[in-house]
Amino acid sequence: MELTTVWFVLIAVLWTGYFVLEGFDFGVGILLPFLGRDEADRRTIVRSIGPVWDGNEVWLLVAGGATFAAFPEWYATLFSGFYLPLFLILLALIMRGVALEYRNKSDSTKGWDRAFFWGSLGPALLWGVAFTNIVRGVPLDADHEYTGTLFTLLNPVALLGGVATLLLFTQHGAVFLALRTTGDLRARAVRAARLLAPVTILVGLAFLLVVRSGAVSWAALALAVAGLAGTLVATLIGRDGWAFTASAVAIVAVTATLFTSLWPNVMPALDPANSLTVINAASSPYTLTVMTWVAAIFTPLVLIYQGWTYWIFRRRLTGAF
Amino acid sequence: MDVLDLSRWQFGITTVYHFLFVPLTIGLSILVAGLQTAWHRTRKPEYLRLTKFFGKLFLINFAMGVVTGIVQEFQFGMNWSDYSRFVGDVFGAPLAMEGLMAFFLESTFIGLWIFGWDRLSPRLHLATIWIAAIGTNLSAYFILAANSWMQHPVGYRINNGRAELTDIWAVLTNSTTLVTFPHVIFGAFIAAGAFVLGVSAWFLLRKRDVDMFRISARMAMVVSLVAAIGVSLSGHWQAQIMTEQQPMKMAAAEALWEDETSAGFSLFAIGDVENGRNHVNLQIPYGLSLLSTNTLDGKVEGINDIQARYEALYGPGDYRPVVGLAYWSFRLMIGFGMLSALAALVGLWLTRRGRLPASRWPYRLAIVGIGLPFLANTLGWIFTEMGRQPWTVFGLMRTAAAVSPGVDVTSVAITLVGFTLVYAVLAFIEVRLMLKFIRIGPQEEQEPDSAVPALSY
Repeated sequence: MELTTVWFVLIAVLWTGYFVLEGFDFGVGILLPFLGRDEADRRTIVRSIGPVWDGNEVWLLVAGGATFAAFPEWYATLFSGFYLPLFLILLALIMRGVALEYRNKSDSTKGWDRAFFWGSLGPALLWGVAFTNIVRGVPLDADHEYTGTLFTLLNPVALLGGVATLLLFTQHGAVFLALRTTGDLRARAVRAARLLAPVTILVGLAFLLVVRSGAVSWAALALAVAGLAGTLVATLIGRDGWAFTASAVAIVAVTATLFTSLWPNVMPALDPANSLTVINAASSPYTLTVMTWVAAIFTPLVLIYQGWTYWIFRRRLTGAF
Repeated sequence: MDVLDLSRWQFGITTVYHFLFVPLTIGLSILVAGLQTAWHRTRKPEYLRLTKFFGKLFLINFAMGVVTGIVQEFQFGMNWSDYSRFVGDVFGAPLAMEGLMAFFLESTFIGLWIFGWDRLSPRLHLATIWIAAIGTNLSAYFILAANSWMQHPVGYRINNGRAELTDIWAVLTNSTTLVTFPHVIFGAFIAAGAFVLGVSAWFLLRKRDVDMFRISARMAMVVSLVAAIGVSLSGHWQAQIMTEQQPMKMAAAEALWEDETSAGFSLFAIGDVENGRNHVNLQIPYGLSLLSTNTLDGKVEGINDIQARYEALYGPGDYRPVVGLAYWSFRLMIGFGMLSALAALVGLWLTRRGRLPASRWPYRLAIVGIGLPFLANTLGWIFTEMGRQPWTVFGLMRTAAAVSPGVDVTSVAITLVGFTLVYAVLAFIEVRLMLKFIRIGPQEEQEPDSAVPALSY
């Protein structure tokens, strides 16, 4: 396999890891005001991601860093082109991170809970908007500079994509909370998952059908549908572990659909002559070789110790601690 | 103000702000790990209480470092897209390595440390804070390797209109990195030392937990003092390397206008940038030659001469940084750092053999002294980054050519104002939270429920 392909796949993997992991963090934040009846509930909800959210967010940093190293042109065009949406995402992530760390250290939690909610909802929506635009193409000039405006990015299909990721992550958060809690709180999380599932399937499917292209993406799309259906079924029969697994598979498959539709472009332009591809956006073969070694050694290591963290904190939270 | 000015202000503000938290994270992570190790070894409850107390303050600070760090990673692409296109092949590699090797380590293990007190065996739990601390220090190495490449590019060639990596090992062992890394790390330890000392002094002043905070105060002063020696030595090496690699920066730092042998180290100067000379210049004879070349009669290049040489080399243009800023930031960095070291030295003398000063002033000064190393660290970065101007990558790319061509003034203005406001609010909240937990003070600690091994419930 060409190294450029390896890196395209690796960046897809990093985004997939980010969406699967921070996806439920976002969902937990969005569901906080709906599922948390009292302070004890809310503390349990926040606690459910307490040990892991920071590690989950690093997937984004590494996805960004890997894009910078492997496809500098992609990094430069994407980050300068999607300037204001990324600014909003950054503000949201800042507020959210501070809220998560400071809420249990402050006298009043109300403001932090609001920051946690909006800081989760914003990125959950905006990542969908951003990726829809990436896959469908945006106006780029011959120097690969983005020539549209903020409103170019807020087109109807992109907004559909935003709603789709918002629903997907919210549902993911619901099944995660069902898996991690007990009693009433768990019952409420299950109910939320049941309510969200049909809409998520409909909107998710509509979104994928609009954005997908290329033959391989059909397989990913089919898997996404299977994952979403599996989430619903497992939730209905009360199998929390399976519901979460199916939901994770759905997010993997949705991300795979996006990236298989994108290939071999990394940022298609409305005028195909100006498109950024895995070839013209890539770093030199030497850089890619070096980084391949680094990634080959350290990615498995990261997966092992992050997996171990989830194992350590696998016990359900009862609200009594 | 145009896009370039606003982008520079934004980078300056977000980076200086980020680096208020970073040194404390770097230094305090190791100090907290040290305290926990002391507890692990001795089982003395004071050490556990200190670990948890300073651990909490560490975490309040850590959170700010994390969230402001995300902006750092994004803004190269957002505001400096032409820079990113030009250097990504080289510069992206250490950044990606930082994420993959250091950020994952630090963030994952800090979570294990916070929530793992009764989930992990004591030994394993102790390991988590050390691993997090190592991750933090490792991340400093990679980001300094990236920054050093901007100061002194190595291991690359210009190909396809961009800088392409030819030797990753050269980038990671850049002589600039090798001297900058210890300088930054020692600087961080002075900051952490001054912080622990100041907080301990606050308690000693109020006669709260005197025996315990005497320990942390002494520990902090030893750390500060050792770090101060490290900072001076590495700073000296850095100055020599700078003289060789970025003579203009060194000349600006000294307001040295003409090439000179046996050059003096300037203590106070009033300069005339327009005409390239000083009105007043108070010097330590031979000081600069000694500092930069290790000999009394070594030749040090002056601003006017370097300017002429650079015009011949790089074409017409102004290759001088803002001389006054470079001169004063360099001097004040050294001054504040030395004051901080002096405070530690005097403090160790005052607390020798179990003594505690009766006067209130030493405690008050120690509390105020928390600010000194933070000022020194900030001024150090302002000096090294502003001193490199007009280059963003020395000799290869000018800052004016690095900015995003497609981003308009309004967008940069919005984000500049937005970040600045949010950062100001967060600074307020952060300080208030710190003060709150300092006032609450260390709690009585139970031995953590460590009899339960991690894997048996």
